[in-house]
Amino acid sequence: MAMSDRLPGVRPHLTLGRRLDIAWRHAFPGTTSLVLMLLSVVPFGLPGQAALLPTVALTCVWFWSLFRPAAMAPPMVFLIGLLLDLLGFLPLGVGGVTMLTTYGIARWLRRFLPRQGFTVVWLIFTAVACGIAAMNWALVSALTLSLEPLGPVLFQAGLAAAMYPAVAIPLMLVHRTFADPDLA
Amino acid sequence: MIRPSIQARHALARLTLPVMVIASFALMLVGKVDTVLVERARIAVYDTSAPIYAALAEPLGQMNRTVSEIVGLWGLRDENARLREENEQLRRWQSIALTLDAENRRLKTALRWIPDPEASYVTARVVADAGGVYAKAVLLSVGPNHGLRKGQIALDERGLVGRITEVGTRTARVLLITDMNSRVPVILEGSRAHAILAGTNGPWPRLLYWSEGTVPKEGERVVTSAEANAFPANLPVGTVRYNANGVPEIEPDAQLRSLDIVRIFDYGLSTFSAPEAVARPTQGHH
Repeated sequence: MAMSDRLPGVRPHLTLGRRLDIAWRHAFPGTTSLVLMLLSVVPFGLPGQAALLPTVALTCVWFWSLFRPAAMAPPMVFLIGLLLDLLGFLPLGVGGVTMLTTYGIARWLRRFLPRQGFTVVWLIFTAVACGIAAMNWALVSALTLSLEPLGPVLFQAGLAAAMYPAVAIPLMLVHRTFADPDLA
Repeated sequence: MIRPSIQARHALARLTLPVMVIASFALMLVGKVDTVLVERARIAVYDTSAPIYAALAEPLGQMNRTVSEIVGLWGLRDENARLREENEQLRRWQSIALTLDAENRRLKTALRWIPDPEASYVTARVVADAGGVYAKAVLLSVGPNHGLRKGQIALDERGLVGRITEVGTRTARVLLITDMNSRVPVILEGSRAHAILAGTNGPWPRLLYWSEGTVPKEGERVVTSAEANAFPANLPVGTVRYNANGVPEIEPDAQLRSLDIVRIFDYGLSTFSAPEAVARPTQGHH
């Protein structure tokens, strides 16, 4: 809860700079998720780079839904899912369903998971990533009426699990510092 | 401003998730019904972000070059020796090629051969991977009045890359020959036997339907065939290799994993129709 809500009556004057600061801190999770997704399809020439986009989307949605659900509302998750479909050449709607499922699981676990250590969150995320990859595969196979190869899906789940610290640790740092609305 | 009661706001907040899930399923239906609209939306997203990618392409290329230069410094001596040997060999080939070329021209004149029309081409930079997890494709950044069309053929400096499947105002998508939906009519150069090259989404597309008695040989060159009028004849595709299971595959000539610049050729193959156009039957015609 923001400081200004806890102390009714005693409010500092909201200058334009402060308003912008607050708006930026609230918009930070959604904006960075979308920008990171756009950047993940730039050809860096990495092998298996196609799996980077779903990994980035999944990690961002998971992280912010778990640690700052107020800034990662379902419409935002839906938008991320839509961008995932469009950029990743998936059948439309697959990204939406998988990302909203991730959001739902994170909201459901929110009561106890954020208080656990980093490793526990990471382990649970790995399980979620496997489940989401399987769901993704099943949806794409059903919508294209063909059995898609399982290899890329397994790779996607593995990459998500392996990359989690690389994405989550920087997000954790900004979440506690310059993206925190309480510090505005 | 009218503020709804706390209970109403809570109820609304609880409703957004199911509503969004329903919206996603609705999107699936839309995607199934109107594939053209979806393709346009995708290309629009890529068109919008193309300037970002185009701006990033130059520094990224610089970075990759620097890295490969630093890596190259390690094996400089060995590389030099190898290149010297290769150069020697190429020089021998060059003299053979020049002799053959002269002979070929002489024979063609003697035969009153009708020359193939010279194909015009444009060059474009690869700016993004446009395949996703289930496809192999790249995105090209092109100028506003590019004149590219679906079905045109992309080559890099070594061989066949793929075909254009979608065209936007500033971008075009090229489906690579390694994509699962790619089928290319080819000729085995040694035996002149026809076959179909089918992508698998892996790095090595597979050879299918070669005629009996002409088994593809390891190391044999494979070029495109003009059959079905989808490709011009004799574009270099790759060389045959057998995988561990004894299935003939193609090692593509084109450097599909590190595409940077591709050339788009207009061979004037106007009869080509994109797969989507074929797949959609029109009502009333049987």
